[in-house]
Amino acid sequence: MRCVWTDLSVDVNGERLILDKSGAAWWERTRTLIFADLHFEKGSSYARGGQFLPPYDTRATLLRMAEVAGRRAPARIIALGDSFHDPFAAERLGMEERGMLQALSSTAHFLWITGNHDPHPPAWLGGAVMEEWREGGLSFRHEPESDAAFGEVAGHLHPAATVAKLGRGVRRRCFVANAARLLMPAFGAYAGGLDVGDVAITSLFPGRFYAFMLGQDRVYAIPRGQVGRRNRSDEIQPMITAIRTAVRP
Amino acid sequence: MLPQRFAHWFAAKGWTPRAHQLALVEKAGAGESVLLVAPTGGGKTLAGFLPSLIELAERPKRSRARKLHTLYISPLKALAVDVARNLETPIAEMELALTVETRTGDTPAARRQRQRHTPPEFLLTTPEQLALLIAHPRSPQLFEGLKTVVLDELHALYNSKRGDLLALGLARLSQLAPGHRRVGLSATVADPKPLQRFLVPQPMEGEALASLVIAEGGAKPDIAISASDSYVPWAGHLARHAMQDVITAISEAKTALIFVNTRSQAERTFQELWRLNEENWPIALHHGSLAPEQRRKVEAAMSKAALRAVVCTSTLDLGIDWGAVDKVICIGAPKGAARLVQRIGRANHRLDEPSAALLVPANRFEVLECNAARDAVLAGELDGERLKQGGLDVLCQHVWGMAVAAPFHADALFAEVRSAAPFTRLSRADFDAVLGFVATGGYALKSYDRFARLRQLPDQRWRLAHPRLAQAYRLNVGVIVEDPMVEIRLQSRGKPTGAGGRRLGQLEEYFVEQLSAGDTFVFSGDVLRFEGLREDGAYVTRTNDPEAQIPSYNGGKFPLSTFLAQRVREMVSAPERWHVLPDPVQEWLKIQEWRSLIPQPGQLLVEHFPRGSRHYLVCYPFEGRLAHQTLGMLLTRRLERARMKPLGFIANEYALAVWAARDMSGLDMGKLFDEDMLGDDLDAWLSDSNLYKRTFRNCAIIAGLIERRLPGKEKSGRQVTFSSDLIYDVLREHEPDHVLLRATYADAGTGLLDIARLSDMLARVRSRIVARKLDRVSPLAVPALLEISREMVARGEVEEEILRDHEDALIADAMRVD
Repeated sequence: MRCVWTDLSVDVNGERLILDKSGAAWWERTRTLIFADLHFEKGSSYARGGQFLPPYDTRATLLRMAEVAGRRAPARIIALGDSFHDPFAAERLGMEERGMLQALSSTAHFLWITGNHDPHPPAWLGGAVMEEWREGGLSFRHEPESDAAFGEVAGHLHPAATVAKLGRGVRRRCFVANAARLLMPAFGAYAGGLDVGDVAITSLFPGRFYAFMLGQDRVYAIPRGQVGRRNRSDEIQPMITAIRTAVRP
Repeated sequence: MLPQRFAHWFAAKGWTPRAHQLALVEKAGAGESVLLVAPTGGGKTLAGFLPSLIELAERPKRSRARKLHTLYISPLKALAVDVARNLETPIAEMELALTVETRTGDTPAARRQRQRHTPPEFLLTTPEQLALLIAHPRSPQLFEGLKTVVLDELHALYNSKRGDLLALGLARLSQLAPGHRRVGLSATVADPKPLQRFLVPQPMEGEALASLVIAEGGAKPDIAISASDSYVPWAGHLARHAMQDVITAISEAKTALIFVNTRSQAERTFQELWRLNEENWPIALHHGSLAPEQRRKVEAAMSKAALRAVVCTSTLDLGIDWGAVDKVICIGAPKGAARLVQRIGRANHRLDEPSAALLVPANRFEVLECNAARDAVLAGELDGERLKQGGLDVLCQHVWGMAVAAPFHADALFAEVRSAAPFTRLSRADFDAVLGFVATGGYALKSYDRFARLRQLPDQRWRLAHPRLAQAYRLNVGVIVEDPMVEIRLQSRGKPTGAGGRRLGQLEEYFVEQLSAGDTFVFSGDVLRFEGLREDGAYVTRTNDPEAQIPSYNGGKFPLSTFLAQRVREMVSAPERWHVLPDPVQEWLKIQEWRSLIPQPGQLLVEHFPRGSRHYLVCYPFEGRLAHQTLGMLLTRRLERARMKPLGFIANEYALAVWAARDMSGLDMGKLFDEDMLGDDLDAWLSDSNLYKRTFRNCAIIAGLIERRLPGKEKSGRQVTFSSDLIYDVLREHEPDHVLLRATYADAGTGLLDIARLSDMLARVRSRIVARKLDRVSPLAVPALLEISREMVARGEVEEEILRDHEDALIADAMRVD
C-alpha cells in the first residue's frame, strides 16, 4: 500500500476543518476559507519608526492568499483579526495591494473579525466586521478564551514549533489543535512566532495535543504536550482518526 | 638620537633602546606613517608611543593647552586598559605631566562626556568607540589637534568587518585632522603590504603605502610534537590518548596555556586533565560561553600567577601579556601557521629566549598538519590572507553615523570613503545604493520616502531627519553580531524547572533547541542534564553521569588555512619526507600508496568503492570543512541529476565523502567537478541555506535594517533570528538585487560558506583529477567514514561497543594488503 498524503484535517466539536499547507484552514461544508493574523503593512508600520523592512510583505501575504483561494474557490473568507498591523495600516496600502484585495473580495464574501491591532477595520474594505462569529459547532474569534466552550477557532498567538533531528532543528509555523479548539498560525509574511511550549499556548491545551507544522508540500502532525496526563487523552482521540483517514491512499 | 630625559630614563631602567624603537622616532620626525612588524616581547607598544611622548615632552611651554594628541586603538578593551597602565609608568618616571585615559563601553557616561570637552593627551580606545566619537557634532573640535593614531594588533583587524569600520573612521579622521600620522603595530604577517596600505589615505589612482619597519626577530621557537609510535587515532579531535603527555608538559612548566579549537574540546580537555590531575594543580577553563564574571576571575588569577594551566579557545589568542606563561600547548589541528605563531608567542615574553610549545595532534591528518605547521613556522613562512572588499553593510552603518555628525555632500563623502583602503574599489553606483538604503531603505518600490531617515537640504547636503535617529544609531553601532544565545541556569534543588537558578553562562540557541529533556552535555567543566527551555533560559541540573553526550556547539571553528593546506598536500605527496612521522602514520600512507594512490601536488584524488549496500565517492581537496560542505551540497545535487541517488555526504577539514545507492564509477569526474557548478545550483541552494540566512541576519543588523536593541528594551536574540528569516524570504523574492542581499553574497564568499576558496580549488584541479576505482575502502578514506558513523548514529542509543566494532572492521578492511 502506498501512502498518499492528502490534506490533514481535524474534527473540532464535530466540524471537520482541513489544515491547508499554506497556513489557512478550509471549512469545506460551508466553503469557508479562514486566515489568522494577516498583519498587512507591518513593514510600513516599522518604517514609520525608521526601520525600513522590505515594503513587500503585504504583497507577499496577498499573493499567498490568492494562491490558496485559487485552489479552494471559497464562497466566504474569514480573517480572524489583526488583519492590519496598526489602525492606520489600511490607508498605507499601495495601489497594487488594494487591487489584489479587491480582486479577492469580488469572488468571496469577507468576514473581518476584529483584533487587538485593528479594532476597527476601514469601512471601504467591504464585507462584514464583527467581534465574534458563531456558526455550526464553531466560534470564530481573534483571541482564544481560556474557558471557551467546545468549538473555538482563534488566532492571536502565532504558534510555531521546532523539531530536531540529526543535529538540525527545523522551526515552522503551525496549527495547534485538540478536539475542542483550533489555534491558527499567523499568515502574514512578517508575523513572528511563539513556541508551542510557551505557557500561553500549553495552558489552552491541557494534556496531549498536536502541532501541525507547515511543510513545503504538506502539513506534518507532531504530537506535543505532557504524556503523563492520560485522563485527557480521550479529547484528542477523534482527531487522530481524522488523520488516519487522511493518509489512506 | 633620543632627548636627554629619555636617554636617561632608558639607562636608569638598564635598557638600550632597540633599533626599531629608534627607527619609529626617526620616521615620526619626518612625519611619516609607519607599520612596525615585530614579534611579541619586542617593546612594540612603547615603540608606538615613544615619538608622541618625545614630541609632547619637548614642545614649548606656551603651547600646552590640553588637546588630544595621540589616539590608540586596540581590538580588545582589556588591552587598552592594560596599555594605559603601562604607558603611565614612563610618564610618571620622567615626570611628564601628561594624561592617559581609556574610553570603552565600561567608561561612565559622565567621564565620556567630559572627555569630549577636556580630552586627555592620550586616549586609548576601540574601533567601535572611534565610530561613536566621529559620529558626534563636536568631533571637529575634539580631533583638531590630533597628531598621531596608534593601531595595535593591526594584523587581527585590517581584513575584517571591524577593520572596515576602523578604516572608515580613519578616513574621517583624515578630514578632521589632516596630516596626522599613523603607526600600525602588527605581529609577523606573510605580506605586510595590505597593512601598509590600510594605514594611509589611498589616492584615486594607484596606491599609497606607509613605510615599513621590521624588528629583528626573536629566538626561533622550540616546537615539539607529541607523537606516539604505538597508537595514533584515526579520527576524532579530543586527543584523549595524549592527555598524559599534556600532564607531563604542565608539570615541567611554571604556567601553561592550553589552546584548543572549539568550546566543546575545551570542556572535554578540561575534564580529562582533572581526571588525571593527581597533584591537584590549579587548572582553569576559559572560553566565550562562560559567564563574563567567571572569565574575569580566571584572568585575574592568571595575572597573579596563581594558576598552573588554563585550557582556552581563541578567546586568549590576543590579549594582555602574562609574564608567568612559559609554555603553550596546542591540542588538535593548528589550522594556520600565523595562528600557531600567535599562540606560541603567548609564552615567554623575552626576545632572546625561545618560546616553548607542544603540539598535540588528535588524529592522523592532524599529525600531518602539525608537522607542516611546524616546518612553516621554523622556515618563517606564514599564511597569506585573501583580502576582502569593504562590506557594504558596514558602509551603511558609517553613512548613517556621518549624518549623525553633520549634514554631508554625497560627492565629498564618496571621495572620503574611497580613500579608505578596503573601499578603494567601491563604485559610485554601490555608494548611491548604500546612501539610498540609509535614507529610505533603497527599495525599487519607493513607498518609504515619506518616512525618510535622511533628507536633502536645499544645498543638496543630506541631513538626519530626526534627532531620535542619532540615538538609534548609537545603540546599534559596531559590527560584532553575536549568535542568539540562551542563558544556562542551574535549577535549584527541589524547585521546578523555570523557578529561577544561578547563571552558568550562555550557549548558542541553535544548540539548545536541539536538546530534549534528559540529554546530558558538558558545560563549564560539569556534566549537565537538560531539563527544559523557559522564558529566562535553559534549565539544567548536575549529574554524575561520566559519559555525557558531547556538545556539538561549534564556537571558534576556523577552517584550515589555504597556505597550510598546500603544505599538508606537499607533505602527503612526498614519501621521502614521511620518515619524520610516527610509525602508524607512515604505515597508513604506505598502504594508501600501495592500495590506491598518493596524489601528486596539484592533483585531486577521487576514490570510489562499494561498502555495505552503498557506493562511496571520497575526494581529498584539503580545503577546510566549510568549503567541503558547500562542495558536498553541490555534488549531491549534480549526482541526483545523474540519477545516482545520492544519500548523504560528510565533510571534514581534509576530505569529502558522498554516498549513493548507485555505483558512481562510470561518471566523468572532470564533468562532475566542473566549475560551472558554482552557477545556478549554488544560487538555488544558497537561497535556502541556514548559514546564508544567518549571514543575512548579520548584514541586516550591521546595516541597521534590524535594530539590535530598542531604546529601553533589549530585544532578545531569539526574536531577531526569526524575523530576519522572514524578511530575507520576502526580500529575496521581491527584490533579489537589493544592496543588502549583495552584501550578504559577498560575505558568504569568504565567510561561512567559503565559496571563493572552493572556486579557486575547482579551477586548480581542472583536468588534474585522478580517479581510482577500488574494491573496498582505502586507508585515506577511513577518517572521513568514521565521522559518518559518529554523526549518523543517534546519540545515546548505541553502545560504545557497537561503535568500536564498526570502527575496527572498517580499519581492518582498509589496511588489509591483499
